[in-house]
Amino acid sequence: MKSCLIVDDSKVIRKVARHILETLEFEVEEAGDGQEALSRCEAKMPDVVLLDWNMPVMSGMEFLRLLRQRGHADQPKVVFCTTENDMAHIRAALEAGADEYVMKPFDRETLHIKLQLVGVA
Amino acid sequence: MQISDSSTRILAGLLEARTGQQLTMSRRWRIETALSSLLRERGISTLDELITILVMGKEPSLSQMVVEALLNNETYFFRDRAPFDLLQRYALPELAQRRARSKRLRIWSAGCSTGQETYSLAMLFAEEPEKWRGWTIDILGTDVSTACVDRARSGAYSQFEVQRGLGINQMIKWFEECPDGWRAVEELRRPLRFQVHNLLEQPPHPGGFDIVLCRNVLLYLSPEKKTLSFERLAASMAEDGWLMLGAGETVIGQTTRLGADINARGLYRLVSGGQVEKRQSDRRATSARA
Repeated sequence: MKSCLIVDDSKVIRKVARHILETLEFEVEEAGDGQEALSRCEAKMPDVVLLDWNMPVMSGMEFLRLLRQRGHADQPKVVFCTTENDMAHIRAALEAGADEYVMKPFDRETLHIKLQLVGVA
Repeated sequence: MQISDSSTRILAGLLEARTGQQLTMSRRWRIETALSSLLRERGISTLDELITILVMGKEPSLSQMVVEALLNNETYFFRDRAPFDLLQRYALPELAQRRARSKRLRIWSAGCSTGQETYSLAMLFAEEPEKWRGWTIDILGTDVSTACVDRARSGAYSQFEVQRGLGINQMIKWFEECPDGWRAVEELRRPLRFQVHNLLEQPPHPGGFDIVLCRNVLLYLSPEKKTLSFERLAASMAEDGWLMLGAGETVIGQTTRLGADINARGLYRLVSGGQVEKRQSDRRATSARA
């Protein structure tokens, strides 16, 4: 069973994403900001991180840069999942090391295909 | 909002008369959802009131709007993926050899809805520019819905639609931001053309299609209309062309003109009888012209 860490400060989004991911047979962990996400990754690296952009304490972008800098051998795939939906943000995320990008709102089909494209579903 | 059986029958009759599609029991539950925004826009409070207006024939354009709303337009880019892999791995390389002299390919996406299938096809070619340099690629998308064809022709998709089925790198390569969302770049739109067309009618011009895709369209037709549609599709194909159906769809028991390609599951070819018929009809056409 593949594992996914959902990083989002919105409980509603975490709940919706968890529901979809569980139907796709993922083991799901949650974090409310980038700092908490880093701690969870240190404890147990997930296969994929579903990452919001704007969060308190530590943003998704900051989290991603730190994660990639640490250079763990078992780097997870990172799928941004955000309302920042313009070309500039998308390019910035890809340059920082994101593997895929989901623009909110999204549905099950969209997320499933994105996870297939990064090779975890 | 309740809908009476008689109203349901009227809507089913209208849909079948205009498109050939049946309002099967499995689709009846969604009548209210499908028509709710139309009712809101037109200030009509109940479905039965809508039916009254339709039956009285006061607003002819309304019936077309109702038909368009009842159609199932579900689609997304590279839907089901595997069919596109099959085209890329098997059909297109074979056609590249067979049409090496004419350097021309004709593809028909029958029942293209809002066009995502046609743009996915265009991407297959655009992503191998060296291989297809100098070729004329003609991709025709048709649908019975005018609204869908207009949307397909615009090449513009909402943020929600554009990411359904596309990887992010593919999306930012082939689409650019526009006021309403994202629009396919000119290079992708160039080989595409669109027209309103009903599958039950004569095939669209110019015929001789090398590949015809008709996925998840025929399942809404009655057995008789399905057979007629297969006749039309077969008549539109090049003698060595392929038909691609949706997963779970088949020609078996529905037409004798087409048979499975034993080398590629999901693709169908004209059977030899069909070829003979086609050659005969070509000869008839030639002698008629003469």
